[in-house]
Amino acid sequence: MTIASGTVREAAIAAPPPRSAAPPARPRKRRQLTRNRWGYAYVAPFFLVFAAFSLYPFMYTAWVSLHETSLSNINGGTWVGLENYRDLLQSEFFWNATRNTFTIGILATVPQLCMALGLAHLLNYKLRGRTFFRTVMLMPYATSIAAATLVFSQLFGRDYGLINTMLEAVGLQAIDWEAGTVSSQVAIAVIVTWRWTGYNALIYLAAMQSIPGELYEAAEIDGASKWKQFLHVTIPSLRPTILFTIVVSTIGAVQLFGEPLLFAGNGTTSGGSSGQYQTLGLLMYQQGWSNFHIGQAATTAWAMFMIILVIVGVNAVIGRLRARADR
Amino acid sequence: MATLAPPVTDTGRDTPPAAPTTRRRGHRGGSKAGKPGPVTYTLLTLVALVSIFPLYWTLVAGSHTNAEIAATPPPFLPNASLFDNFQAALEQAPIGKAILNSVLVAGSITVGTVLFCTLAGFAFAKLQFRGKGVLLGLVIGTMMVPTQLAVIPLFMMIAELQWVNQLQAVILPTLVSAFGVFFMRQYLISALPNELLEAGRVDGASTFRIFWSIVVPVARPAMAVLAMLTFLTAWNEFFWPLIALTTANPTVQVALAGLGSGYVPQRSVIMAGTLLGTLPVLIVFTILGKQIVGGIMQGAVKG
Repeated sequence: MTIASGTVREAAIAAPPPRSAAPPARPRKRRQLTRNRWGYAYVAPFFLVFAAFSLYPFMYTAWVSLHETSLSNINGGTWVGLENYRDLLQSEFFWNATRNTFTIGILATVPQLCMALGLAHLLNYKLRGRTFFRTVMLMPYATSIAAATLVFSQLFGRDYGLINTMLEAVGLQAIDWEAGTVSSQVAIAVIVTWRWTGYNALIYLAAMQSIPGELYEAAEIDGASKWKQFLHVTIPSLRPTILFTIVVSTIGAVQLFGEPLLFAGNGTTSGGSSGQYQTLGLLMYQQGWSNFHIGQAATTAWAMFMIILVIVGVNAVIGRLRARADR
Repeated sequence: MATLAPPVTDTGRDTPPAAPTTRRRGHRGGSKAGKPGPVTYTLLTLVALVSIFPLYWTLVAGSHTNAEIAATPPPFLPNASLFDNFQAALEQAPIGKAILNSVLVAGSITVGTVLFCTLAGFAFAKLQFRGKGVLLGLVIGTMMVPTQLAVIPLFMMIAELQWVNQLQAVILPTLVSAFGVFFMRQYLISALPNELLEAGRVDGASTFRIFWSIVVPVARPAMAVLAMLTFLTAWNEFFWPLIALTTANPTVQVALAGLGSGYVPQRSVIMAGTLLGTLPVLIVFTILGKQIVGGIMQGAVKG
């Protein structure tokens, strides 16, 4: 079962590469041929589903957030204007969850992306068994959040967890991972890191392989060491990809939900006895589906979206500034 | 809106990358860093072990009794209690039904996503129509929107339609993906020569004939990649199914979440259940792993 049927691929490669669909450069004849209303027919099925189950809900969530609505009385809320937002900003639970989302997010993405970069560098060598290494490193990605969290919550268990057993074996003290703020957040970050490092390494590897070899040859002639080459050739060439992975990981980190929900093993929405690892995603679920305050939950969802917008915006600006500085 | 676009398209290469693993050997790529030393292999082996160990531990813990895993030193080899634990897990959570449901759900989502995203991706890549730029921007922009923003109205919707605990409640909202449209568009822009389309037109083929007999054959490799990634994502989807379904009619992930919430959590039974629920993907992954790796790398370069 190969996905690349040879003939199609060769046909695709042999054909003169049409660089983009940019119409102005094309002769008029072709424009006539492709300009037609059929375009709408092709995108229609996608947009029908998309509008019904994505666009409309996004908008409606904003409407809900302006009401005091409960899950039991789902369509009959009372208009409260911005009160939910004011309550949210004054709620210590919201700030606690925001703090936790940020700290876990940083703990989970920064080491992860650095390790992925190093791993991609190693995978870029001419390896024996390269397919094996790549496939094995992607297995955590294929494991679901629920499965991974259930396993790790046992590995991090206080009494019989394997990690504590090992700590004690080397003479260290066992840690009550779930109870502590830092320890529980580190443990959750480990789960995220375990699941995503290999995936990101493959993304980096793909980008590394498209760096022209001449760049390295030139650096070699200049007498740059391997480390210098990595720093001054590889990293700058990967910058767009790195930015992309940062953005994607950040969006994922803001939505973190399954890991903190299942970390204690029993699916409690409080995120630990003192909310020490309650994230925004978990708080939103608690507000809506444990406390039945749908309006509050909608407000938290919008706050999450705003946080993502700010972070993506900041990343885009930084990326643009750095790109300009390089030129 | 299109904030995601620049970094993505910057990485895009216009020529379709060759199947990454086999073709590169010998010349050009992969050789930049030269020959690896023993340190490289040691590090990679270590990472491979860390990647596999939690899954292996699921097997070990799932095949012992509770008392046995709690022993010091803990056991490191699988044991005979596996099938007893399977049985206990199946009694505690309807994992068999869950696997069947997940196959149905992930299968339907995959078929729908691949079909609709290929159609839309083709239109965005090769057809001209008014408002195309805006619509594409809309698609890309929503990749940034958190799932949380959709679930409340979606829940109201399915409550109204009395779809709570019904599989269509988790199939329909996930039937399309913005990533899929973008992925197919990026592929078809370069892989589908305009000349081929024009030839079809000159021959008088209808637009849908052209789609089935010209576009689909060319798009097939990308469709396969999208199918694998979609299936995996759909199988592992957690948040929305947890809201829309209950343990009475769960997907695998919902069943697993319920497994841990028994009154007396039995570690070995939970692990056996986790193993059961993960086994189907692991089997698929063992067979198609190489292709999935290739697909992700291809997707990375293309966006």
